[in-house]
Amino acid sequence: MSLLFTLFLIGASLLIAIGLYGIVVTRNLMRILLSVEILTKAVTLVMIGAGYETGQMGVAQSFVITIIVLEVMLLVIATGILFGAYKNNGSLMTDKLNNLKG
Amino acid sequence: MILLLAGLVISALAVVMIRDLLKAAVSLAVLSAILTVILFLLKAPLAAAFELSVCAGLITVVFISTISMTKLRTKEEVAKHQVERRRRFRLLPAIVVAMLCAGVALMLPHLGQMIPAGVPQVAAAADTAVFWNQRQADLLGQIVMVLAGVLGVLIFFKESDKP
Repeated sequence: MSLLFTLFLIGASLLIAIGLYGIVVTRNLMRILLSVEILTKAVTLVMIGAGYETGQMGVAQSFVITIIVLEVMLLVIATGILFGAYKNNGSLMTDKLNNLKG
Repeated sequence: MILLLAGLVISALAVVMIRDLLKAAVSLAVLSAILTVILFLLKAPLAAAFELSVCAGLITVVFISTISMTKLRTKEEVAKHQVERRRRFRLLPAIVVAMLCAGVALMLPHLGQMIPAGVPQVAAAADTAVFWNQRQADLLGQIVMVLAGVLGVLIFFKESDKP
């Protein structure tokens, strides 16, 4: 394993920790989305590092492009859900999303 | 490269810890821009162009438009949540520093066995050939995802017919 790839793995694990912490701790729906974006950046970093390590950048790039497309679609649909929740509750905080509570 | 990776981690911390959502969205754009530089340096121009145009451009625009459509909290609400927010996020820098130290400590004993970076690359012209000739299933999946996204947007943003 090369030194560069090891550095990439450390950086990506830090990004994953930050993203997961953001998802778990925050109560704002928009900030949860931002944290999910950080997670996808970490995956992109590992994927491109692995491509560089193995010398198969073509495959790595096609995977990264697929990840980016999935990321955008996830974001667009999540934004739609978020916008609907805001229209119904007037807030983006998860502790106010209790309409289904018996 | 170490500086770029440090920039990635710092901007990710800014995304999670900055209180203002607009500034957090801009920090995410900065994170994408730094990732683009890394992709270019690793000789992945196709992915870098996608990352810059879609992630740093389009996604930031979507975030900023959504944030601008929502109402800002009042000063009383902000002050009320400030203390609790500080308490919840105080652990994060400590976790990041601890993980960094653990990573470096795990890496140092094996430093002598690691090969230097600079693995021989495949020809740049082959990148697009791989994308178009070997990954057709991915392309099909992407087309289905885009159509599903369009359908989702149409459903979520549809005006209600009820009076």
